[in-house]
Amino acid sequence: MIRYFQKALADIRSNRFLNLITMVTISLSILMVSLCLLFFENLDRIMDGWNQEGRAMVYLVPEFSTQMRPELASAITHMDGVVQVTFVSKDQALARLKNQMAGSTRFLDTLEKNPLPHAFEIQIQTREGFESVAAVVRQIESLDLVESVEYNQKWLARMLDLFQLFRLIGYVVCALFLLIAFFITASTVRLVFHSRQSEVEIMRLVGATDRFIKMPFYVTGLIQGAVGGILGLMILFAAYLAACSGISQSMGNLFHLDVRFLSVTAMGGVWVVSTFLGWFGCYLSLRQLLK
Amino acid sequence: MNLDTGKNAIIRLFNVTKHYGGKPALHNVSLDIEPGEFVFISGPSGAGKSTLLKVLYLAETVSDGQILIDGMNLSRISPARLPFLRRRFGMVFQDFKLIPTLTVFDNVALALEVAGKNPSFIRKKVRHVLRITGMEKKAHMLPPTLSGGEQQRVAVARAVAGDPDIILADEPTGSLDQVSARRVLEILLAYHKKGGTILVASHHLQQLQTVVTGRSIVLEKGRLISATRLEPYAT
Ligand SMILES: Nc1ncnc2c1ncn2[C@@H]1O[C@H](COP(=O)(O)OP(=O)(O)O)[C@@H](O)[C@H]1O
Ligand SMILES: [Mg+2]
Repeated sequence: MIRYFQKALADIRSNRFLNLITMVTISLSILMVSLCLLFFENLDRIMDGWNQEGRAMVYLVPEFSTQMRPELASAITHMDGVVQVTFVSKDQALARLKNQMAGSTRFLDTLEKNPLPHAFEIQIQTREGFESVAAVVRQIESLDLVESVEYNQKWLARMLDLFQLFRLIGYVVCALFLLIAFFITASTVRLVFHSRQSEVEIMRLVGATDRFIKMPFYVTGLIQGAVGGILGLMILFAAYLAACSGISQSMGNLFHLDVRFLSVTAMGGVWVVSTFLGWFGCYLSLRQLLK
Repeated sequence: MNLDTGKNAIIRLFNVTKHYGGKPALHNVSLDIEPGEFVFISGPSGAGKSTLLKVLYLAETVSDGQILIDGMNLSRISPARLPFLRRRFGMVFQDFKLIPTLTVFDNVALALEVAGKNPSFIRKKVRHVLRITGMEKKAHMLPPTLSGGEQQRVAVARAVAGDPDIILADEPTGSLDQVSARRVLEILLAYHKKGGTILVASHHLQQLQTVVTGRSIVLEKGRLISATRLEPYAT
């Protein structure tokens, strides 16, 4: 194995230019991917910080009668993340309203009929952030006797939809970059392989198995992927540091944005993906070349 | 013709024909070679000597006929088994086939590395074969910086390094002066004495044939036209 590693290093040295191109391509696409990840990781964290709990008013349909209350209340209570359910009858609601409007309740007194619906006031709390709060709300909205749910952070949910779109675009862009890196890797292997055709032929003639011939290429691919990955992450980190100092100087006082660098798991993941990319490019090329 | 029945032949050819498209480079060649034999293949340029060696280690496949190596039918060898067949041969190629980017040492070592030998064994063995071929001092040079004769000696060193059963040498003294040619021949002879089977193809064999007991085979236009026993005359 060490022998293969030395061979691969020698190969990289003798094909400096091509290998450099591959590594730079890999590192650039890894840079893009990790930039996306950085963006999403921070976005998620910030938004989760914004809200992990929500209060919602569940307004019920006019056909609702108080006999149905226990059943509905228990249905809502049993949903994941619902921590508290309080029934607010239409009379209580009216009283509250009068209370809130203090002085100007005269017109309320003139009402013949209480126009307010019965409602449940509920507390939602989850560990997974407001995305799941929104999910609970949607679930409640789908119940038969529920007219509507007023959710104090509805705008967040809307923003979430927007971010989901961003995320999707981000993933597509990342996939595109990885694909480009993959193709460049694969075609570099092809070029290097062709430049060594006669050498490979000699190895075969003296009894080399395909495995023996492929191994240095694989190791080269792994090295390229690994180095490219680290390079990409390092560039991102440098850019991150530069951007951080820039932000804190110019508008750090205006509003505090807590942007953090990628988590260790994310960096590990990126690195593994990048190393795999180097290897996989080799694998597919060689499979085609050595039939 | 002095062909044995070939019961324990290590190499057997049955009516082997090889075309490269047009007229045959080998035409209906049948031949048995016993283990430990020293066989000279001579004939003018283009007679099919190189082709005869190439079909033995499957660098070329035959167009017709059968070849058995130690009982294995070459036409039935799977691609996965081919490397193992080739490790039984030590080849000295007419054009040396040294890898220009590897040192002399690494070129010779390659033949052992492909067989998965351990590094300390490889080091010892490579030093040994470089010593007997007189290339020890140039071990760290690259083949393109060597003379033709030196490259040929490296090629011989690589061929014997793996202790193969059979050595196939294509014009192994072709680019050597008398002294070096003699040296290469002595290496092959030493190998022969240890029981190795050797096939040497050359179009000027006189100098070689004087020192060895063996068989001389003459090819012409792809046909085997004579096979005679050789006895060494004292030199
Ligand atoms: N790869 C090839 N393609 C086409 N013709 C070939 C090839 N190799 C050899 N030949 C032809 O086959 C004949 C025998 O060649 P070769 O075996 O090299 O002869 P020798 O080694 O005796 O000089 C020649 O006519 C040569 O032109
Ligand atoms: Mg020839």
